[in-house]
Amino acid sequence: MPAPTELTGPPEPVPGDPEVTLELARAHQLSDEEYERILALLDGRTPTFTELGVYSVMWSEHASYKNSILQLKTLPRSGGRLLVAAGEENAGLVDIGDGWAVAFKIESHNHPSAVEPYQGAATGVGGILRDVFTMGARPIALLDSLRFGSPSDRRVRYLFDGVVRGIADYGNCVGVPTVGGELYFEDAYRGNPLVNAMAVGIVHHDRVLRATAEGAGNSVIYIGSRTGRDGIHGATFASEELSEESTSRRSNVQVGDPFTEKLLLEATLALAETDALVGIQDMGAAGLTCSSCEMAGRGGAGILLDLDRVPLREPGMTPYEIMLSESQERMLVVAKRGREHEVFEIVRRWDLQAVEVGSITDDGRMRATSGGKLVIDIPVESLVLGGGAPHYEREAEAPEPVTFSARTGEPEDFSAATLALLASANIASRRHVFQQYDHMVRANTRVGPGRGDAAVVRVPGTRKALALATDCNARLLRIDPREGARQAVAEACRNVACAGATPLGITNCLNFGNPYKPAVYWTFREAVAGMGEACRALAAPVTGGNVSFYNENPGGAVYPTPVIGAVGLTEDVERTTGMGFVREGEAVFLLGPSETGWAGSEWQALQGDEPAGALVPIDLELEAVLQRFLIRSVNSGWVSAAHDLSEGGLVVAIAEMALASPGRRIGAMIELEEVTALALFGEGPSRVAVTVPVAEMDAFEQAAEAEGVPAQWLGTTGGDGIGFRTVFSVSMHELARAFDTGLGRALGLIESAAVS
Amino acid sequence: MNWGVVVFPGSNCDDDAHDALARIFGQPVRMIWHRETSLGDLDAILLPGGFSYGDYLRGGAIARFSPVMEDVVRFARDGGVVIGICNGFQILTEAGLLPGALLRNRSLRFICRDQPVRVERHDTRFTNACDPGRVLHIPIAHNEGAYYLPGDQLARLEDRGAVVLRYCAPDGTVSGEHNPNGSVNNIAGIVNEAGNVLGMMPHPERCCDAAIGHTDGRLIFESVISSFVAA
Repeated sequence: MPAPTELTGPPEPVPGDPEVTLELARAHQLSDEEYERILALLDGRTPTFTELGVYSVMWSEHASYKNSILQLKTLPRSGGRLLVAAGEENAGLVDIGDGWAVAFKIESHNHPSAVEPYQGAATGVGGILRDVFTMGARPIALLDSLRFGSPSDRRVRYLFDGVVRGIADYGNCVGVPTVGGELYFEDAYRGNPLVNAMAVGIVHHDRVLRATAEGAGNSVIYIGSRTGRDGIHGATFASEELSEESTSRRSNVQVGDPFTEKLLLEATLALAETDALVGIQDMGAAGLTCSSCEMAGRGGAGILLDLDRVPLREPGMTPYEIMLSESQERMLVVAKRGREHEVFEIVRRWDLQAVEVGSITDDGRMRATSGGKLVIDIPVESLVLGGGAPHYEREAEAPEPVTFSARTGEPEDFSAATLALLASANIASRRHVFQQYDHMVRANTRVGPGRGDAAVVRVPGTRKALALATDCNARLLRIDPREGARQAVAEACRNVACAGATPLGITNCLNFGNPYKPAVYWTFREAVAGMGEACRALAAPVTGGNVSFYNENPGGAVYPTPVIGAVGLTEDVERTTGMGFVREGEAVFLLGPSETGWAGSEWQALQGDEPAGALVPIDLELEAVLQRFLIRSVNSGWVSAAHDLSEGGLVVAIAEMALASPGRRIGAMIELEEVTALALFGEGPSRVAVTVPVAEMDAFEQAAEAEGVPAQWLGTTGGDGIGFRTVFSVSMHELARAFDTGLGRALGLIESAAVS
Repeated sequence: MNWGVVVFPGSNCDDDAHDALARIFGQPVRMIWHRETSLGDLDAILLPGGFSYGDYLRGGAIARFSPVMEDVVRFARDGGVVIGICNGFQILTEAGLLPGALLRNRSLRFICRDQPVRVERHDTRFTNACDPGRVLHIPIAHNEGAYYLPGDQLARLEDRGAVVLRYCAPDGTVSGEHNPNGSVNNIAGIVNEAGNVLGMMPHPERCCDAAIGHTDGRLIFESVISSFVAA
């Protein structure tokens, strides 16, 4: 490698590269102003083609958060038990006591999944896992939040099947349990499916790895798969709207290799046991460019790469291609000078490549050579978020409010409505999906998919457990983004509280349309504001996450969908609850307000209506009190099962609790005084159904009253079905049939669903 | 007794097996890296679940060539106790220590769920803690779990009572309706002729700890441990 001092003069164009012009910059999704800015940053010099590529990916929406960062900064992003502030490292890091911390993050892979669902989803899982294990954390759980168009659409069925298989094949092979998530079908996602993956890992405080590069002379080591031509410009692809031509961008989609990921995971955790590393970062979006520049940016250092040393899959790759490739399962490591052999030894034990490709410098410049000649020479600071990367406040304008559609009639036949709701593709059993995911590997899953509002996973080697949930009812945001975002945060945290765990913080994946459209930007701003309000009220700071704009196509944008991933902690894994009725003869209570409405409800959607009407607003103060009471109730043994009332309202919640009972043998008789359609099927925030053993009823009711939590006695568990006084009842057999076959019927898979 | 758990590149259930043996049963356990050529002084070997070498070619097809396998085969031929779970079962069939093969699931999809299996033989060293006909609930999690053996060989396998576990309904009924993956004769686990090598697709190591759920998997390990005490 040439010594840093031997390189002088401006970088040279590589033979065969196109001439860099404003036109070419535009083709790289850079605006005219941004191109002017690059020229100024380079003291008037025209960038080389490789440098233009580097700027275009570093300043893409995906890497720079240029249209979102000003809003994101309004969120509570530190405090509580947070060990690093949001965005500082590859994933959020929160203390869970006794020297342990949890690392977690959610990220989107929407655009790749829209054109190549299997690989798009698989590599989404791979990417989020690397974000967690590059912190030195062993991944213990995955969750997936998925949204598709109508399940009767043929292309939607193709996308759905590919996404589920992609997640399954990748997660199963790596050996991390997929324990939960969400699945929704709405026309608004027809051309733009949302595939958001969340990973959760555990790390001891003194083994945390950092994503930084510092110390001139330290070595830059490349680990993992070779670099190929796949995924070039994935980051810029993710930063534009999808169009008819998008399928021709299939080569922008990366290809995953979960076996190599598993080796990389074990090698990385073995590296964390040494103190030979300065920093480590995944070569994910924008590959070698982003990992090298971001690490150098965080450490205030410079970096010099010799691109001739990068392991390649095929000959003849240009510096531009090497810098922009998004080949998967690669890591960039900064090792202490003199300790490189330790890194090589560990990595080679796992049959992976490790090659020294550069060194850290103290000149603050990102430089790279090819054939001994300088091809990149850029100030690092000019590339990164918080440095020279542009950020914008965009024009915002409230869209026309959604007016109430009078078409929605109230259900009249309550039994039929119950079965129709249970069979709805948005409510029916997700078994077809989660049965394809190994949700038990590592033998720590106490509450798995379909068993509770949150998954409960033991922290290995301790009695602690983490409760994990993702949530977002985007219909509510479609009606009112601020109110809907408040409710999304509240529901995700409530799900965790239902298991008896205290929310530690949230990660968010903000899926929106094109921010250059004033109505989209206004919606985004409102949603972030609502999210911040709820996070503050519930003392659940944002630990990090991801923004995915441009989820639109000529048919329109997706519903505003800020998916919230919540992580909660409980000290005793055996003191956690699921949602299934546990015993006959227990009291059923409704915690929270009784007010409900039809706006944004599943019933409304079943009638074929757009989400419309006035939402029942959430009282965040009451929500906080309710969650604290719920956690106390579970931990005091007052409550044996808890289930949030969400899509489908009270009846669906009671039916789901019966269907989750052991052997499906425990139903319930509900003695509600007013058996009205609105009370049965209407939806509203801050409502939880719980079961209370008779011996605990006094303590439970007294505590509820003392803490100001509305607690209404509803009835008693038992019987072979659910009944509402003498008004109506549905047998367990009918409930099970609707619930078990609903998704298969909607997707046209019913025959195979019956077999499994 | 001394246990060894073999770690192949891509093994996923090695830690789970170690945890069950060491923490739940207090057994001494050594992790054996696949490149080791000698097992040393061990009483029982466990080949864990996972995706050795990614299972890109066929489950277990590459792992059987790992250096350690030569000594695993010798150990088994000398009468040593060997248990292959899931991917470990696949490796044992690939290595010729057990007959047959594990094919893709009939649904062509990965299946993970709690699965009732009926104990067909309670007089093996792997099942002696079970009552005859006992139904165990043990998780399955696999892509290639459909056990296959051609007709005449299958008859011989059945004749010599080598089938130890069969997929069944919760009440113990064995029928095509309660076959999760298309295994011939609902076969979930078999032993070799000498009775010292067990291959099973369900994961007993995942259900040994009451803090996580039910504990039917304990019976398999308790059987093996007690067979050594008795000996």
